[in-house]
Amino acid sequence: MNQDSSLIEQIVERYDTDVGMLIPMMQDLQAECGYLPPDDLRALAKRLNVPLMRLYAVATFYASFRLAPKGAHEVSLCMGTVCYLKGSAGISQAICKEFKVAPSGTTADRLFTFTAVNCVGACALAPVMVVDGKYYDGVTSESALEILQGLGPAEQAAQADAKEAAE
Amino acid sequence: MIDAPARFASITDFEGFARSLRSQDRTGTRSVRLCMGTGCQAKGAARLYELFEEAIESASGRGQAGNIEVKPTGCHGLCQRSPIVVVEPAGIFYQQVEEPDVAEIFRETVLGGRVVPRLLYQDPESGRKLEAAEEIPFYKVQQRIVLSQNGRIDPTKITDYIAEGGYSALVKALTSMTPEEVIAEVEVAGLRGRGGGGFPTARKWRSCRSAAGGPKYVIGNGDEGDPGAYMDRSLMEGNPHSVIEGMLIGAYAIGSEKGYIYVRNEYPLAVKYLRTAISQAQEIGLLSENILGTSFSFDIQINRGGGAFVCGESTALMASLEGRPGEPRAKYVHTVESGLWGKPTNLNNVETWANVPHIINRGGKWLAGIGTEKSKGTKVFSLVGKIANSGLVEVPMGITLRRIIYEIGGGMRDGKKFKAVQTGGPSGGCIPAEHLDARVDYEELTNLGSMMGSGGLIVMDEDTCMVNVARYFTDFLLNESCGKCTPCREGLAQMRHILQGITKGDGQAGDVEKLQALAEILSGAALCALGTTAANPVLSTIRYFRDEYDAHILDRRCPAKECRGLFIYQIDAEACKGCGICLKNCPVDAIMGERKAPHVIDQQKCTRCGTCWEKCPFTAVRKV
Repeated sequence: MNQDSSLIEQIVERYDTDVGMLIPMMQDLQAECGYLPPDDLRALAKRLNVPLMRLYAVATFYASFRLAPKGAHEVSLCMGTVCYLKGSAGISQAICKEFKVAPSGTTADRLFTFTAVNCVGACALAPVMVVDGKYYDGVTSESALEILQGLGPAEQAAQADAKEAAE
Repeated sequence: MIDAPARFASITDFEGFARSLRSQDRTGTRSVRLCMGTGCQAKGAARLYELFEEAIESASGRGQAGNIEVKPTGCHGLCQRSPIVVVEPAGIFYQQVEEPDVAEIFRETVLGGRVVPRLLYQDPESGRKLEAAEEIPFYKVQQRIVLSQNGRIDPTKITDYIAEGGYSALVKALTSMTPEEVIAEVEVAGLRGRGGGGFPTARKWRSCRSAAGGPKYVIGNGDEGDPGAYMDRSLMEGNPHSVIEGMLIGAYAIGSEKGYIYVRNEYPLAVKYLRTAISQAQEIGLLSENILGTSFSFDIQINRGGGAFVCGESTALMASLEGRPGEPRAKYVHTVESGLWGKPTNLNNVETWANVPHIINRGGKWLAGIGTEKSKGTKVFSLVGKIANSGLVEVPMGITLRRIIYEIGGGMRDGKKFKAVQTGGPSGGCIPAEHLDARVDYEELTNLGSMMGSGGLIVMDEDTCMVNVARYFTDFLLNESCGKCTPCREGLAQMRHILQGITKGDGQAGDVEKLQALAEILSGAALCALGTTAANPVLSTIRYFRDEYDAHILDRRCPAKECRGLFIYQIDAEACKGCGICLKNCPVDAIMGERKAPHVIDQQKCTRCGTCWEKCPFTAVRKV
């Protein structure tokens, strides 16, 4: 549970307690916490007076919601048609094998969360990998692994995040 | 820069302001237009912007700058050659600009008025260096209406849009047209839905206008989920106000006071720019209560999608806007009568909305003069895949696929042979070489077993296995099927099972017929368009590439040499230098040979993993 229980209150008020805005509320919650903490979901359901089941249905229907904490870095590999034609399936396999991670999973050391996404809409750059919002174009298995091996350890990244947040 | 007042109290006030913006004296102004689309940003455009700003600052320190501005714009289209920089007033088009080039461009072109030939686009055929974008074949064949301001304006500045004529169509509609007249004009234009359905826009608006009950809603669908397509993204990022203005005019025509734009969560920049655009429009009184002092009120809210492809379907999108899982419903009651919250709702794709201001400004007849008998105007496509010039293009309806691919796209990449072009997204079809002269319009593409879709054109070459393409799309659709109706949920699973078998070499005689039977059930019985069109990739590949299916099933052979296990690796003795890299890397010790002598693969031991093919520095390992 988020220590600051007013977070749910803030989010709910941001949308005038409108149950129709459930998805944006959950998106905001995830943006704050990095995932959807179960206790916060319970609090949100209670606050909106809807069954928890409904939040769970939404959380599991939409691919962008996460029920577990993410890694220090966010890695998305595009699996859109063009990226696929240009070999992204092989790149995905190479990443999963090298870092012992499953698609939509997080590495054991919480270094990064790996998501194979449908299309990032940057087809002229295919194959595309997005690491913490930075786009890498024309990646190969080798260059993708190299980029990921160059990621700072989880703690460093967390510190950098905290520093950024403080600024 | 002219400051806008806090809020225009009347149309006259706004028009006065717009006139002063449009008639600003720009002689002597030199402008660097820098593409900040996703493609160019990935190649470092943001840093180029900073460098240009620094250059301007230091020049003005020396008293040289005069009227120089650097303008971040939306996508210019030729993403293959990103980052793109255009220097005005001469319109010199520089491509693949890197950080060290900025100083030279600034010194030579911006200050000196001279061209830097090194950074110009070189026509691959004539070898000529081309200075202006209009000379480049990629742009010459296009007809840009919806994208006409992309690349010219700063999408974060409403004044840029107004200076280019923005919101004049809204003023025209509010001052001189009744809602019925607006709808009639759109009808004359023959505008049809650009999201793929192709439904006549005016008819939809009229039904929604005459529907009983209220409030009425209008929705801009920017949930561009098709893999391999980024038209809507570039439009929302490059010219968000054109979508807003279109929705305003539509809302006026329909009688709506509340609108939504539903944008994919994967498009953070589009969300950001749309938000900025909406709040700017609100500030000066172009959105919210009593727009420009009239009795017309309308406001727009942005909702981000949750990463579900099916939410591009109108009823699923509305379910999502209501905060529920995006499951479609049967449409025997149309959404124009009972849509969002059970109220009359008019949904159009963002590209459709962006056409509307042009129709009102230039008249429906003008747009109807472009295109074919039943498909009017232009269509934006993302031209991608194994093509020389990937990018965003806008062409008149009725142009042939051949012209798009060869004249605009510059033909195939790496001298490969064209095999098919996939149109219409995952539910579209693959069109082979013999139909390249087909004209791009809604009916013709449907007749070919594909569809217009939202506008992805994915070019495939001889190395692409069409059975595997069908499997890829079926896989995609199965993952994205919401699971509500049985034909889609179970039918796609069966189809994928069969296709997987075929691509692994376990295909059985009769598989193709089974796929066709399943396809028939899907198209006849599925609940929504995702399901009814889901078999298109399978059916179109069977229709045009039946021989590839047969080769997989009967000969256990993949003609494109893509399906692992259905071709073998061999070492070309002449090309092999005997370096031993393949031998060292082979995981099953299937490669033999002395150093500096040609190596051989033991086909009995080989597992066809392809490691040797990837590692060989002399491309001596061949697929046979």
